[in-house]
Amino acid sequence: MQEFGTNIVAGVTPGKGGSEVYGIPVFDSVSEVAGKTNPNASVIFVPPKFAADAIFEAIDGGIELIVCITEGIPVHDMMRVCSYLDGSSSRLIGPNCPGITTPGESKVGIMPNSIHRPGNIGIVSRSGTLTYEIIDLLSKNGTGQSASVGIGGDPVNGTSFVEVLGLFEKDPKTHAVVLVGEIGGTAEEDSIGFIKQMSKPVIGYIVGISAPPGKTMGHAGAIASAGSGTALEKIAAFEKAGILVAKSPAEIVRKVNDIL
Amino acid sequence: MKLYEYDAKEIFKRKGIPVPEGILISDPGDAGNIARKFGKVVIKAQVMTGGRGKAGGIAKASNPQEAYQSAQRILGMSIKGLHVNKLLVEEYKKPDKEMYLGITIDRAAKCPLIMVSPEGGIDIEEIAKTSPQKIMKMHINPLTGIHDYQVRTLAKSLNKDKSVIIADIIKKLYRVFIGYDCTLAEINPLADTQDGIFALDAKMVIDDNALFRQDFREEETGSLEETARKNGMSYVELDGDIGCIVNGAGLAMATLDMIKQYGGEPANFMDVRAGANEEQMKNALTIVSSNKKVKAIIINIFGGLTKCDEVARGIIDVIPELNVPLVIRLAGTNEEEGRTMLEKYHVTLVSSSEEAASEVVRLGHSDK
Repeated sequence: MQEFGTNIVAGVTPGKGGSEVYGIPVFDSVSEVAGKTNPNASVIFVPPKFAADAIFEAIDGGIELIVCITEGIPVHDMMRVCSYLDGSSSRLIGPNCPGITTPGESKVGIMPNSIHRPGNIGIVSRSGTLTYEIIDLLSKNGTGQSASVGIGGDPVNGTSFVEVLGLFEKDPKTHAVVLVGEIGGTAEEDSIGFIKQMSKPVIGYIVGISAPPGKTMGHAGAIASAGSGTALEKIAAFEKAGILVAKSPAEIVRKVNDIL
Repeated sequence: MKLYEYDAKEIFKRKGIPVPEGILISDPGDAGNIARKFGKVVIKAQVMTGGRGKAGGIAKASNPQEAYQSAQRILGMSIKGLHVNKLLVEEYKKPDKEMYLGITIDRAAKCPLIMVSPEGGIDIEEIAKTSPQKIMKMHINPLTGIHDYQVRTLAKSLNKDKSVIIADIIKKLYRVFIGYDCTLAEINPLADTQDGIFALDAKMVIDDNALFRQDFREEETGSLEETARKNGMSYVELDGDIGCIVNGAGLAMATLDMIKQYGGEPANFMDVRAGANEEQMKNALTIVSSNKKVKAIIINIFGGLTKCDEVARGIIDVIPELNVPLVIRLAGTNEEEGRTMLEKYHVTLVSSSEEAASEVVRLGHSDK
């Protein structure tokens, strides 16, 4: 993250307060940090058992942007976290996500540094490595990114497709958006209404055509039931709404080239 | 993790939700004895699938002889591929009216959702299609929990006269839903009988991510899915013949889709997860190649936390034991090192996912 330009001012691990890692001071709690260094973002790698507590602590610490990488947080914990977020000034990205990257500026997360290059494509995705794959193909094609946002693969998460699309719509550096969805839930369908109002083109790519209903495909949120949440239904809904749909990462690149 | 009906009913009983008296058996002879004690009984196959009734896995019996015969018949059955080896024999409660009560998670609203309908006994999806106006839905704030007025409203919509007892059941089911980290807690049907209100069926699905704080042990089946899970990986068996090993669920699904686009059929889904190391790769290859249908294997790794040289080491460890072609795509962290290590082996190294998918389909089908 530092190599990518992120200004890391402090680490927090209960019981490790007073130590240093790579010259960065470590504190016992978020409130101690807030009094000394004024961070505006936090990235959470805490194990699933304790992750919700860490998010609550970050919200109470007044952190504006909270990115939670942790995979495996109980969904009941996430429902409580999301309700608590509602009345706060914090935004949560994730959990179970690779974070956010703005090439040339900073990164809050774990995406590999080398694949990014600055540009004007916005990427929002429920996946991790699949997002790397798409970023990498776009960069090799000479198409840079304004920002890449992994919203996470859990059934209940902090920030939705629509919220990120809204930010891209407002961002003057973003000219077009790639939305990477997958089976399970209705987050993709729920974004259709907003996409139709957007002034910028959106390319949808939805994976999991081969997924059998009722089976969780790796991500806790990637589960379709017969008649709800399948990839084909989502693709059909996008196509019916006149949204561009790519059938593979390579086709995303071709469609982006057509647009720009 | 899904619970069997009898496990869910045990929990209901402990939490004060009325269920019929019942006994779990695996010997048909016991069914006769139970019928002698209860009189009329219902015999229910204990398998993890819906549609048991339609498949003939549920039977009523009015005497010991009938109970024995039905038990014997159902114990030999397979329902949707699942062998029946346990039966729940219950005291029969004749439903005058069947209702629906279920609590699930509304992903979009990010909170629990209670659904009730005076029309029960059939799938809620079915009710939603045929008479959506008969379903009452209520969102619950997970921080405050369920309010009494909400429970009263729901209960009244089911049965005005018996709303007090139904309200109590709804409250208790919500407690079960929260206390056991459920993603689904369902009573269908919730039956109005001469003896009172009873949960005639019980369905509970526990959040796998919460099993660390719940006291459930998964049934040992010896399946590849189970072996993978114990090794921290995610595996789902499919119908085709192309074995797949990928890091990350999204890229794994994308890889399967690409294999299909090139005319192949994946034999499995496998996500080796972030940070896969040598040992993890060895296990993954062993699991995927133990499926005898597999004719070729694709390994598609995009290293972030995962290091390609460690992945290569794991692959090299297993190569001598493999007798199907291997197509490998390594990208990201330490990709050069990984590729160099693999060059001297008889494997196909490619540089993109698409190329890997088309190549593995070609190799898997070349013997036809």
